[in-house]
Amino acid sequence: MPEEQYQRLQQRNVADVKALWDLLDVIKDPEIPALSIWDLGILRDVQYSGEQVTVTITPTYSGCPAMDNITTDVIQLLNDNGYQDARVKLSLSPAWSSEWMSAEGRKKLRDYGIAPPEDAGLDEDGLTPEAHAACPHCSSRNTRRISEFGSTACKALFQCDDCGEPFDYFKKI
Amino acid sequence: MSDQIKQATLEYTTRLGDDSVVLGHRISEWVSYGPFLEEDIAYGNVSLDYIGRARMFYTYAAELADDGRDEDDFAYMRNDREYRNLLLMELPKGDFAYSQVRQLFADVYYTLMLPELLQSKDETLSAIAAKAIKETKYHLRRSRDWVLRLGDGTEESHQRAQKAVDQLWGYTHEMFDMDETEQLLADAGIGVDVAGLRDRWLQMVTDILMQATLEVPEESWAVRGGRTGYHTENLGHMLTEMQIVHRSHPGCKW
Repeated sequence: MPEEQYQRLQQRNVADVKALWDLLDVIKDPEIPALSIWDLGILRDVQYSGEQVTVTITPTYSGCPAMDNITTDVIQLLNDNGYQDARVKLSLSPAWSSEWMSAEGRKKLRDYGIAPPEDAGLDEDGLTPEAHAACPHCSSRNTRRISEFGSTACKALFQCDDCGEPFDYFKKI
Repeated sequence: MSDQIKQATLEYTTRLGDDSVVLGHRISEWVSYGPFLEEDIAYGNVSLDYIGRARMFYTYAAELADDGRDEDDFAYMRNDREYRNLLLMELPKGDFAYSQVRQLFADVYYTLMLPELLQSKDETLSAIAAKAIKETKYHLRRSRDWVLRLGDGTEESHQRAQKAVDQLWGYTHEMFDMDETEQLLADAGIGVDVAGLRDRWLQMVTDILMQATLEVPEESWAVRGGRTGYHTENLGHMLTEMQIVHRSHPGCKW
């Protein structure tokens, strides 16, 4: 397991408020509903002091429009579970990295039809390659990039030349 | 933070926010007008990155101003004379070649400027830079590829790309100007000494333009004024459209 993922898992496992981390697993990214905010690595910290819960999240991309929805969802969930004083803090540093995505998240992503970052060899700049991301539908590597940007800023668009299906590739960032 | 530095940081952060929101809005004008669907979506995504940056800069500016204003007040409640963006960012989107050449100029600029801002002693500015750097790598690859494709493409695309380079060149000099505010912050290790980026910018842009079989213009003219609030006639029109809903329905939520 990569260092970043290990660190996140440790943080969650040793937390005093593990139950709160578990509770937050139901919060999904509105644009990729297969993934929870934990899976995606957006969930950075949970603090409980006095009667106040503070949940820290970080955006994947600067303009990620999902942040407002996620904030509302988190507060609603906590309120419904008896935590009246719930706050969401937006943290910019350290900047989100696709390395933070959980192993489970990567599998869910593939099952959902989106190729996770490691399903393509990166080009020399560390960016999305022009071809050969593994097709999440038929596993073929006979694929090519159609666009640098897909349905959201975090994805690029590919097409499979074997099964013919277009698919999103989750960029490494 | 001394009052003088705080005031300068507020001005600087607002400038950076203005650059981002104005370019972000201009790019967003391509949505539903892109040459094909994928490019349309790409422009939408790049635009979002810039609007996101603007939100981060304005949120920080509002925190520094500490006068009850929020990020929306910075974006929607200032008029063109109060905007401090670079003129390059506000020019109309023009044709596809024009927008991509402008994008290339801006992307190369940010490729050089953001790593410097990352070193800022101001933690928030550094954190915003850290996020933006990653996105700019993708932006630059796209604008560079398009300029190569258009410049070294058909006679028509070459001619349009060259025209764009010639028309935009005079607006690029302003990117490297320093004034008292920026010098104060550069000396304090907070802001970027953009004057020092010019040679590298010129080198990178020249390499790409030459590879695209485009000519680098002679430096015959330069237009400036954005940083002091003197804009082209285009910004006012753009802000009118961008601000109308917010100003017509104050406090509106959905």
